[in-house]
Amino acid sequence: MAETMTAEAPGHTPEHHDGEHHTSTGLSNEKLAMWVFLGSECLLFGGLISTYMFNKGRIGPNDVGPEDVFDIPFTSVSSFVLLMSSLTMVFAVSSIARGDLRGNRIWLATTAALGATFVAGQVYEFTAFYSEGLGFTTNLFGSAFYALTGFHGAHVTIGIIMLMSLLVMSMRGNLGPERAETVEIIGLYWHFVDIVWIVIFTIVYLFPQ
Amino acid sequence: MTITDRTITAPEETLALPAGPAIAHRPLGVFTRPQGSEGWRSWLFTVDHKRIGIMYGAAALFFFLVGGAEALFIRLQLATPNGSVIGAGTYNGVFTMHGVTMVFLVIMPMAAAFANYLLPLQVGARDVAFPRLNAFSFWCFLAGGMLLTSSILVGGWFQNAPDGGWFAYAPNTGLLFSPSKGIDFYAVGLQILGIASLVSAINLIVTVLNMRTPGMSFFRMPVLTWMLLITQFLLLFALPVITVALFLLMFDRLWDANFFNVEAGADPLLWQHLFWIFGHPEVYILILPAFGIVSEIIPTFSRKPLFGYHFMVASGIAIGFMGWGVWAHHMFTSGVGPLSVAAFSVSTMFIAVPTGVKILNWLATMYRGRLRFTTPMLYAVGVVSMFTIGGLSGVTHSIAPSDTQQTDTYYIVAHFHYVIFGGALLGLFGGFYYWWPKAFGYKLNEGWGKASFWVMLIGFNFTFGPMHILGLQGMSRRIATYRADEGFALWNMVATISSFVIALGVIMFFWNVYVSTRNWRRAGRPDVGPDPWDARGLEWMTASPVPEHNFDEDIEVDRLDHFWHRKYGKDENGRIVRAAPTSEIAHDGSNTNVHLPSPSYWPIVLGGGILLVGYGIIYNLWLAAAGLVFLVASIYGWILEPADDPDAGGHHDDHGDDHGDPDSNGGPSGNGELATADEPAETEEATVG
Amino acid sequence: MATVTPDSPDTAHAPDEHASGGRHAHPSNWLYVKVAIYLALLTAFEVFTYFETVHGWGDTAIIVMLIIMMLLKFFLVVAFFMHLKFDHPIFWRLFVFGLILAMAVYMVMLTAFRIW
Ligand code: HEM
Ligand SMILES: [Cu+2]
Repeated sequence: MAETMTAEAPGHTPEHHDGEHHTSTGLSNEKLAMWVFLGSECLLFGGLISTYMFNKGRIGPNDVGPEDVFDIPFTSVSSFVLLMSSLTMVFAVSSIARGDLRGNRIWLATTAALGATFVAGQVYEFTAFYSEGLGFTTNLFGSAFYALTGFHGAHVTIGIIMLMSLLVMSMRGNLGPERAETVEIIGLYWHFVDIVWIVIFTIVYLFPQ
Repeated sequence: MTITDRTITAPEETLALPAGPAIAHRPLGVFTRPQGSEGWRSWLFTVDHKRIGIMYGAAALFFFLVGGAEALFIRLQLATPNGSVIGAGTYNGVFTMHGVTMVFLVIMPMAAAFANYLLPLQVGARDVAFPRLNAFSFWCFLAGGMLLTSSILVGGWFQNAPDGGWFAYAPNTGLLFSPSKGIDFYAVGLQILGIASLVSAINLIVTVLNMRTPGMSFFRMPVLTWMLLITQFLLLFALPVITVALFLLMFDRLWDANFFNVEAGADPLLWQHLFWIFGHPEVYILILPAFGIVSEIIPTFSRKPLFGYHFMVASGIAIGFMGWGVWAHHMFTSGVGPLSVAAFSVSTMFIAVPTGVKILNWLATMYRGRLRFTTPMLYAVGVVSMFTIGGLSGVTHSIAPSDTQQTDTYYIVAHFHYVIFGGALLGLFGGFYYWWPKAFGYKLNEGWGKASFWVMLIGFNFTFGPMHILGLQGMSRRIATYRADEGFALWNMVATISSFVIALGVIMFFWNVYVSTRNWRRAGRPDVGPDPWDARGLEWMTASPVPEHNFDEDIEVDRLDHFWHRKYGKDENGRIVRAAPTSEIAHDGSNTNVHLPSPSYWPIVLGGGILLVGYGIIYNLWLAAAGLVFLVASIYGWILEPADDPDAGGHHDDHGDDHGDPDSNGGPSGNGELATADEPAETEEATVG
Repeated sequence: MATVTPDSPDTAHAPDEHASGGRHAHPSNWLYVKVAIYLALLTAFEVFTYFETVHGWGDTAIIVMLIIMMLLKFFLVVAFFMHLKFDHPIFWRLFVFGLILAMAVYMVMLTAFRIW
């Protein structure tokens, strides 16, 4: 359906409702666009992560540094929550592909809820760090840390909004199995945000300071 | 760029989930789509890639006048020693805005004009992959351009213009050294332009990968398509880098972050690295479209196929790769260390090789060809010669010790004007002359065209040629005055006078547009025919101006230069002879039965929202928040918009089952990346000939 | 990734493989659960290096181990949850191109800064 303006012989060919894509590659435009976009996002997060790595050590001896604020058990739990939201996202995709709309709704809601838990954890973490003396302007570590994790949090938030939109669509009867690919594409975005966190969690939190 | 034909051969082996539409007509009962393709309103809501291309071109020409006026102010100030036409502060704003305007608001959108207009035509498609997103790209670009340009006016003449040079080195851009709103305009403006270019890059990449007409394999695509595709990939990967840099800058200025705060231990070189990791691919973003245009013009007017098509494509790809490994040649004197200097010096010398391959191929194409020196051809030959001069001076500053003398002098200014004006801009102007009949149905006047070309070329060489000398004499760029005893007076005067010669050439171009249009109208709008230059690409295979639906029927492409080979064959002696008249091959645009995406209100509405957010970030975050709410609401409007106005006439709907029929639209994406006008394929009566 | 067929032996195909339009089966939920278990184990291991700082190993060894585990997790999600193992290779190429480019330019930048 993505090759939308190609002239076609009169009448319907059955593929039309079959998830068949009339494109040069046979792939849908939307999915291809999402992957192209994710390729570009690599350079966005790469830049932010590099900025963080470059700047985290550029603080004075008495400044608030990573080891003063990080609470690894807490962040490990919230990282785990985000990781598992990727699993529920996959379930959402496979359930709608099966035509299981109820399951789809449940998994979409679960994924969004797990994502929201992660963001809530991040908000809590930020306030805790702030009260321990690390603000956005305190030093280079603070600026770089909040910029990086904040960017990621914003991405998660956008993902949650998209999941909620899907949920609403589904409840209004506008998200049937014939649009399973939409869920898959949003899922790609969601997983990408998750793998970015896999990198951030390791490099920012777990690397020996 | 890693895609080969092989990758697209096996769709059966992919996981494909159904992507059928679900949203019924008028889901909330209030969203309709605009109709009609007449009148000025239809331009505001159009999703037609050709109209969008024309609007890009028109906007770029407008900004060209703005940037040109700024250039003339620079030259007036520098005409004589101790110039006092504009003060030093204003001078900073003028040269910064000149650079930013010419790079981001002239060359890039002009290239986008050609990309939008020609890419779908050259691959035989009816539109881009995401027509509404395409319209959004344009309005977003216009929003960014207006925001940037308005900085000249707000709060007094050049009081709030960016003043850090087009590369805006930190820490000069901090609040301490640049307290006006100028750098904020720069950061926000470029950010908005970046969104526009990124969306457009994704759109065009998907278009080329996915919307090719049957038989149009990658190595049957015209070189222009290839160069534009590589440009889109460069944009795709380069833009996020400057996005990061601009965010850091904005955080510093808005919220007191420390990224470039030297006092807090920051190293401002970070900005230089991030800027030039973007910046060097960016210069190829500027030049590759012009390379593509030249590669279309020269074969046509040499009546020979392009020499070494595969080398042309491969060298373009090579430039696309190597362009990522040379950025620190802009930082030889920044203290990056001897190892970096040596490595980047060598890589920079290497990048001249694929560029040289292109030059040689163009020369070989012309060699023993039947040359016709029409205006477009003059421009193309101008590019080949002028760009070579610029490329050579580029090689001289790839040698780090010599660059230490040249850097930040007028020698650099000479270099990049030879490649950008002599290369990119001349190429794009050649493209205007070449495709003008395709877009508007009449040729521009050849007499005026040639005259304006020579005036421009002579003015150009006498403006920027002398700058080589001035630079080697030691004249610094970006300094508002020089002393009488420095010996710079003569060549500066020559450059200033010649810059007005360029201006005359530009005025002659606009006059040409006016005269040609008037004469054509007076003559009763004669039809120029589908193929006025006897050219090779698919875009010449349909009527001029191109009808809204592009092609009457799908074209089945069987080789490179398909159209040419339909027109010409070889006789028994191997001589080229006409095989069929153009009128028999080309489409006349009479098929009225092609279903096209409906216009849409939302792209321009979204552009307005972005403008609001932009000004909000600069002046008042509450305004930005309001703008954001507006933006999100518009995105939902976009998603919920049906594909067609059900009341619109124009085509008959032969879909038997209307339940969940493709006559509705839009992926629920929430972020605009996916929502598309994925209209259903529709009927057409004509059979493929 | 030249040939892509969803045929790894442990990939139990969903029973409704041909249902509802999808011509090619997605891997089964059980496969996803297994991947998630691996992900969880790897995460546990990563966090373990933090607490039980495997004394004597030195920072470099720990960093190398962490990077390996990070990459494993990264590519598990990409290959299975994002389906790249089963999907059209063009997606894989587009994404990996961006990934490698990002790593290359930023590593060179950081090296030029001599931060290692
Ligand atoms: C033959 C290939 C080229 C080589 C070897 C080359 C080399 C260089 C080098 C080494 C510099 C840095 C000089 C300095 O600041 O000290 C430079 C500057 C520049 N080049 Fe090129 N260049 C080439 C082609 C191009 C092209 C095709 C463009 C644009 C279309 C371009 C645009 C620029 C610009 C805008 C600058 C100045 C940036 C600034 O400082 O504001 N160059 N070039
Ligand atoms: Cu460069």
